[in-house]
Amino acid sequence: MITLLLLFVPLVASLACLLFDKAKVKVFALGTSLINLGVMIYAFTLFKSDMSYQFIVDYWWVKDLGISFKLGLDGISILLVALTNFLIPLIILSSFRIDYKNANAFYSLILFMQFALIGVFAALDGFLFYIFWELALIPIYFICLFWGGEDRVRITLKFFIYTLAGSLLMLIGLIYIYLQTPGVHSFDINILYSTALSSADQSWLFWCFFIAFAIKIPIFPLHSWQADTYTDSPTQGTMLLSGIMLKMGLYGLIRWMIPFLPEGLAQWGNTAMILSIIGVVYASCMALVQKDFKRLIAYSSVAHVGLIAAGILSLTIQGMQGAMVQMLAHGVNVVGIFFIADIIFRRMKTRNLDELGGLANNTRVFTILYLIILLGSIALPLTNGFVGEFLLLNGVYQYDAWMATFAGLTVVLGAVYMLRSYQKVMLGEPHARSIEFTGLHLTEKIVLVVVAFAIIVGGLYPKPILQTAGPALEDLLAQVKDVY
Amino acid sequence: MVQFAWLIPLLPLLGFIIVGVLNKRLNVAMSGGIASAAVLFSFIISAIIFGEVAREGSIPERVVLYDWISSGNLSISFSFLIDRLSVIMLMVVTGVGTLIHLYSIGYMSHEQDHPRFFSYLNLFIFFMLLLVLGSNYIVMFVGWEGVGLCSYLLIGFWFKNIDYSNAAKKAFIMNRIGDLGLLLGVFLIYMTFGSVNFNEVFISAANLPQNNAAVTAICLLLFVGAMGKSAQIPLYTWLPDAMAGPTPVSALIHAATMVTAGIYMIVRSNVLYALSPDASSIVAFVGITTAFFAATIGLKQNDIKKVLAYSTVSQLGYMFVALGVGAYQTALFHVITHAFFKALLFLGAGSVIHAMSGEQDVRRMGALKKVLPITHLTFLIGTLAIVGLPPFAGFFSKDEILAKVWMYSPIMFVILAITSVLTAVYMFRLYWLTFYGEFRGSEHQKNHLHESPVTMTLPLIVLAVLSSVGGFIGMPELFHAPHFLNEFLSPVIFKSSHEEASHTFEILLMSVSVILLAIIMYATYSYYVTKKVKPEEDSEELDSFAKLLTNKYYVDEIYAAIITKPLDKLAAFVYKYIDQGLIDKTVNNTGTALNGISGQLRKLQNGNIGAYIFAMVIGIITILVLTMII
Repeated sequence: MITLLLLFVPLVASLACLLFDKAKVKVFALGTSLINLGVMIYAFTLFKSDMSYQFIVDYWWVKDLGISFKLGLDGISILLVALTNFLIPLIILSSFRIDYKNANAFYSLILFMQFALIGVFAALDGFLFYIFWELALIPIYFICLFWGGEDRVRITLKFFIYTLAGSLLMLIGLIYIYLQTPGVHSFDINILYSTALSSADQSWLFWCFFIAFAIKIPIFPLHSWQADTYTDSPTQGTMLLSGIMLKMGLYGLIRWMIPFLPEGLAQWGNTAMILSIIGVVYASCMALVQKDFKRLIAYSSVAHVGLIAAGILSLTIQGMQGAMVQMLAHGVNVVGIFFIADIIFRRMKTRNLDELGGLANNTRVFTILYLIILLGSIALPLTNGFVGEFLLLNGVYQYDAWMATFAGLTVVLGAVYMLRSYQKVMLGEPHARSIEFTGLHLTEKIVLVVVAFAIIVGGLYPKPILQTAGPALEDLLAQVKDVY
Repeated sequence: MVQFAWLIPLLPLLGFIIVGVLNKRLNVAMSGGIASAAVLFSFIISAIIFGEVAREGSIPERVVLYDWISSGNLSISFSFLIDRLSVIMLMVVTGVGTLIHLYSIGYMSHEQDHPRFFSYLNLFIFFMLLLVLGSNYIVMFVGWEGVGLCSYLLIGFWFKNIDYSNAAKKAFIMNRIGDLGLLLGVFLIYMTFGSVNFNEVFISAANLPQNNAAVTAICLLLFVGAMGKSAQIPLYTWLPDAMAGPTPVSALIHAATMVTAGIYMIVRSNVLYALSPDASSIVAFVGITTAFFAATIGLKQNDIKKVLAYSTVSQLGYMFVALGVGAYQTALFHVITHAFFKALLFLGAGSVIHAMSGEQDVRRMGALKKVLPITHLTFLIGTLAIVGLPPFAGFFSKDEILAKVWMYSPIMFVILAITSVLTAVYMFRLYWLTFYGEFRGSEHQKNHLHESPVTMTLPLIVLAVLSSVGGFIGMPELFHAPHFLNEFLSPVIFKSSHEEASHTFEILLMSVSVILLAIIMYATYSYYVTKKVKPEEDSEELDSFAKLLTNKYYVDEIYAAIITKPLDKLAAFVYKYIDQGLIDKTVNNTGTALNGISGQLRKLQNGNIGAYIFAMVIGIITILVLTMII
């Protein structure tokens, strides 16, 4: 029941937004997203940290085809639903200083996005998962298309087709596995899991799924849609994409690929791992030479998620848990840092790092909050980023020490590009324009303080995250290792 | 009291928060006072715990705060280890820390942004205490990276100056290179021993054979971390640049405490290093190279703080030599005495700079002896301590290192002895140029000269006393006095070289060094004071070797040429031609190609009935032909 509530509150709110008074639609959207956050917290109090799916909802949808409307949460998915519900209010609040045209549609789309994302994370039926997966693409496409930057038409089209092409591969894979299910075919996740697939099948299926997820994550060399899209989207769109949507791909690896294809993983896992690790260092290097602040963050995000993918593919408990922690940490941090970029852009009318400087001179609170978020993203101990990165690199190290060493370069390179951009934006003599940089407004302050708070709490006390996801991940690894 | 050990780091953390939050509402005395009090109370608690540990000789005690990260069988608690090693470090950090906080009240009195300074300083102490208190490698790492952050913040304290913030950035990044090594070392420790807790790791390590490959790898990886934090070749170039920070910062972070973290870590891991003579010899080799190399650079620097910075690099090299030859107590001994005399020298330099209205170039100083009597006297004591004149503190620790190295390798002994001579030369050069001769600064500076206020001179005096008598905690066997430090540390040092140099050698070493020092003192006096030779101005042409030294062997330039610039160029190239070129183009071309194909396909359905009929006829004919053939 609670799953349905989590899913449908945003949907109803999304539709209601269209009818709401234009002036108050922001507040309404924020209010409903907070209600859902409340439901989420309630769900957590009921949740038992074991490996089972809980709050299951199961109705037949197309009975003849074995398609059911089956939803449920385990320790892995509940964390991602929580991330979604935590970030959506922040993302909405971050838009309070902006007056978007057609605000009703804008907020309606954000809430619709929330609905689809929760559906992705909660679906326990392959077909349903696919439906939500594609559904999530629609609102973000329109958000970027209608409220994006100059080159938005070309870029969003590329993004849309690119990810859609990947999804089709996944659909083929899903249908193939579905057709192998014994007896009356079914898309139920447990039945799909228990379907025997030959080693040869697993080999090509691996690529169907991996490419679909790798595009979304994105993993090198399938990342080229991302920097453009992040840069050209409105900030809230970028936050949705980087904060939550790319976790769909990572979640897909964990739930919709690894358990099906242990043998495929045995054959190709190493290749996928190498691509992920190359992406980590490659994207860090690309971030070094970016002049546009948003583009720099976009590349740094590719580096971070590459490491998360590597942690998952390492098939170690530390790597997996690191991935869970880092998915949440990255979601929070990247929303924070994109908001920082947005605040600067709206005041200074430029994101070019060479044209900024000296902002630390007249904005103490902003400087401190920026610094905390920066430290989170370069994984300084006692921030959430450290817990994630430490566990991830530890997991990768157990898989292969040299890969971990290479991926570990991100520890150094991350500091280089983040400190370089911090220096270019904040330090030095203030110049004419930066003197006009005004202090933070209340809503801006709230968003950044919440993010900074989450960074420190996550770094000091990651135990709830580790404990929630632990049993489910251990169980998953045990199943995969059985076949290995 | 041991169970209250968590208060020791907590107090500076509270100080950081209070001063940080109240910020501009505080005046210098208040912000400095709160910060100093926080560290002072930590010092008092540390002293009580030190007393308990010394008295009871108790078993090391673990204070567990909470379960921090656990995943699979990896379990990391936020916990502290109170043993004989950590209590010594506590005393040094909080003791010297208190004095430097106090000093800063005077030094920073003209600074607008003093609350930011004091809050960072307290935050530094907090992380430094975590570093020495951590009972596992991860908590130590928290402190390790945390002090790096504070170092970054304080080097770049005057952030309007882009050179300063570059220096800060450089320090952080070079440290991160080391940190990566340390982190990989920790992963290997976990893989090898299944734990990251000091106790468990050392107990299981004790059963391993010598030169086990994993242990050697661990030691070398940890040492990479130490190279970064403790400024050893090749990761030392950040430390001289770090002098951009306010002088108390140089004294506290870049001389007395943070930079010795690498030595602390190796002493802490002495069980592992004792198992790996291979790794240890590399430590000794890097240490001695750094000690010598940095000392030669020190000869030609004209910035008072830069001389001291290279001297710090060189002295840290001494400590690594001691670690490399297995004399762990001796290394720690030098950490302690060095903390006293180097903090003293830096604070003395700060007092000089303060009096000189910010001037740091010794070519503009001279004859400061009369106007700065306390500073002068204490600086002299610091100088005598660092050059190793008996009975000042540096003598005992340096003498012990030399004696241990003699037993290990006479060649290394010779190099280290030459380094000691170089040390004496650059230190006396600095001393004479600063305090004797004629005043070479501007009129304005001359009129402004004054002795520093009591908050600054008091710490100088205390440190001067410590630099004078601090060496008595470790007297050589020759004097038949107990070596307090060795005895105190014996429970935490797994195995160390017990070989002692002969008494004859000790006596010889001592007398030769006294004679040599006297000669150097006289020679430098006659050169810089009697003959009034002063260092060349930047515009003057230097002979090639002097030029090489003045330019620090061009190491920064070499690093820029082989690492920084190529990396930037390569990244820019890859971005342009691979990322935006190859990869993105391929994607776009795929799209265009598909578009093109579908464009062609679309022409088939162009609505032209004639074309349809034509295609139909062709089709029918083809079918007919095919059936006839088959």
